[in-house]
Amino acid sequence: MSTKTDKIDRLAELTAKRGGRDGHGASLWREAFGRLRRSPMAMAGTVIVGAFVIIAIIGPWIAPYDPTAQAWGNEVFPNRNMFVGPRGENWFGLDHLGRDQFSRMVIGARQSLLVGVVATLLGFAAGAILGGIAGAAAGLGKSWGRRIDTILMRFTDMMLAIPALLLAVSVAALMGQSLATVMIAVGVAQVPIFARLLRGSMLAQAHSDYVLAAKATGIKRKRIVLAHILPNSVGPVLVQATLTLATAIIEAAALSYLGLGSPDQSIPEWGTMLADAQRFLSGAPQLAIYPAIAIIITALGFTLLGEAMRESLDPKLRK
Amino acid sequence: MPLLKVDDLSVTFTQRGKADVRAVDGVSFSVSEGEVVGLVGESGCGKSVTSLALMGLLADRGVKVGGSVNFDGIELLNLHKNAMRDMRGQELAMIFQDPLSSLNPVVPIGVQVTEILQRHRKMRGEAARKEAADLLDRVGIPDPTRRLKEYPHQLSGGMRQRALIAMAVACAPRLLIADEPTTALDVTIQAQILELLKELVDTQGTALLMITHDLGVVAGLCDEINVLYGGRVVESAARRNLFAAPTHPYSVGLLGSIPRLDAPRGEPLKPVRGSVNDNIAWSDGCAFAPRCDYYTMECLQGPPELVESYTGHKYRCVNPITEHTAPAVIDTEAS
Repeated sequence: MSTKTDKIDRLAELTAKRGGRDGHGASLWREAFGRLRRSPMAMAGTVIVGAFVIIAIIGPWIAPYDPTAQAWGNEVFPNRNMFVGPRGENWFGLDHLGRDQFSRMVIGARQSLLVGVVATLLGFAAGAILGGIAGAAAGLGKSWGRRIDTILMRFTDMMLAIPALLLAVSVAALMGQSLATVMIAVGVAQVPIFARLLRGSMLAQAHSDYVLAAKATGIKRKRIVLAHILPNSVGPVLVQATLTLATAIIEAAALSYLGLGSPDQSIPEWGTMLADAQRFLSGAPQLAIYPAIAIIITALGFTLLGEAMRESLDPKLRK
Repeated sequence: MPLLKVDDLSVTFTQRGKADVRAVDGVSFSVSEGEVVGLVGESGCGKSVTSLALMGLLADRGVKVGGSVNFDGIELLNLHKNAMRDMRGQELAMIFQDPLSSLNPVVPIGVQVTEILQRHRKMRGEAARKEAADLLDRVGIPDPTRRLKEYPHQLSGGMRQRALIAMAVACAPRLLIADEPTTALDVTIQAQILELLKELVDTQGTALLMITHDLGVVAGLCDEINVLYGGRVVESAARRNLFAAPTHPYSVGLLGSIPRLDAPRGEPLKPVRGSVNDNIAWSDGCAFAPRCDYYTMECLQGPPELVESYTGHKYRCVNPITEHTAPAVIDTEAS
């Protein structure tokens, strides 16, 4: 008898376990997340991005010195190509004005993250609105809808024809030097990509069976777009946002490097540091190498994460 | 007077630089309340296009629809788009072939059911949820309140089709169009779904237009059967007549192609020769002639007329099969 009840208990336990893994209420996203967790690419990306974000947030507390303090100015002689390299008290050495390079790097992370996130959000929002309108108009509208779509898409094609960096430089040059300018410039350059992507995936969804089925129940067009097509179309756009973060960080750095970045010298910025280091490349290449590596690694982190997300969401790439 | 009267319906797809394609060519039939009418034919014969035309779901561009679709005195083809939209889901509803792709993958079942109740029956919040649970219960989905929160991929194939049927009957439509509702399901589930549809027809008096290529489905369910070939009705008869005495060689071929359990072992299946691509234009003669075992020169003299026999059995053939050497009787009382 006891063995029998044991058996039943064991069975219940097993089924409960299984039910938990199948996850009632688990969504498509949760499944995608499960695949994400098993992907080494995603793990690597998450670790890098996580480290970057943590440093950006707690930067002011872990930076050993004030990033603008020229405390060691008397030890550095840029004219004679004399720099202090890495040492116990200054891990990454000193820059040409005698400032602690490590503190500047750590504080600079926050700036990069801020610019990257705000610029991406700007590009995402504007692109999603443009692409959403075009996609809805093209997918479900009549002849006027197709006209709206054509106008919007030719507009984004024009923007796409200009290289993103050139577009960002033009916007930055037009609006003058400020942190907001950098964000807007980098964001604007991403708008056409988001617009195209959302429109494309909405168009693909508009021809799917469930949209036809929804039409067959008399659901109104507006609701079909908002409640059915849009939620199915945002996947690739979200993935693109992750990938864009990498681009945005690189482009923000490029703008600073070109002298179109934030004019506020009190906040260090990786791109500006790179530009400053250029003059001393022969004497002190380490000044350029540290920010360059930081930019590369963060960009790589976001790219890895974005790619892994794309793969986990894309049914065609699933193994 | 029948609920739905389709008269001389034609659908032509036009594409710039290409010849027009006439997918449906003068199809006429009618469906009365509480009646099940079958539209049978192989892929490409125009059955799905017919159903989409009835629902007003064909694209705006590149499609010409002619003839008349009369639904309870209302001419559907002339109806304004918005009025037609109000009819869909409320007066006429449709069940699609593939239940998985016909449900939105990222929206819970409950939301997809309640949005129809909101749209047509102006139900809100708790009342709508309760009614949705009732609907799922009525189509035989166990534990409906839990199922409402689930996503389509968490349901089995049969459950999904039941959910789609629940959505279709949410507003008690008077006409239900089922476009191959059982094709994507396995055989045991097929029988359950057909049983469910039959029950809806019997209890609610719904008119059901059954579109299928599966003669087994029509045998158990339909009162009237229209066999479509090349966009035209080639044979139209009451179920019993059609199965007992198929007259058009195509119907005979379809019936003969059903695998039989009582056939001797190793006997090859008997397909209908050729494919739907071998058609000739109806204006030149019988479109089926190139695949027909019985065709004569007479078949190529021009389009054959639909002939009606004294039993009401209609067929479009100049050389009909009258005495039956053909394999006929499969169990018409099945299910």
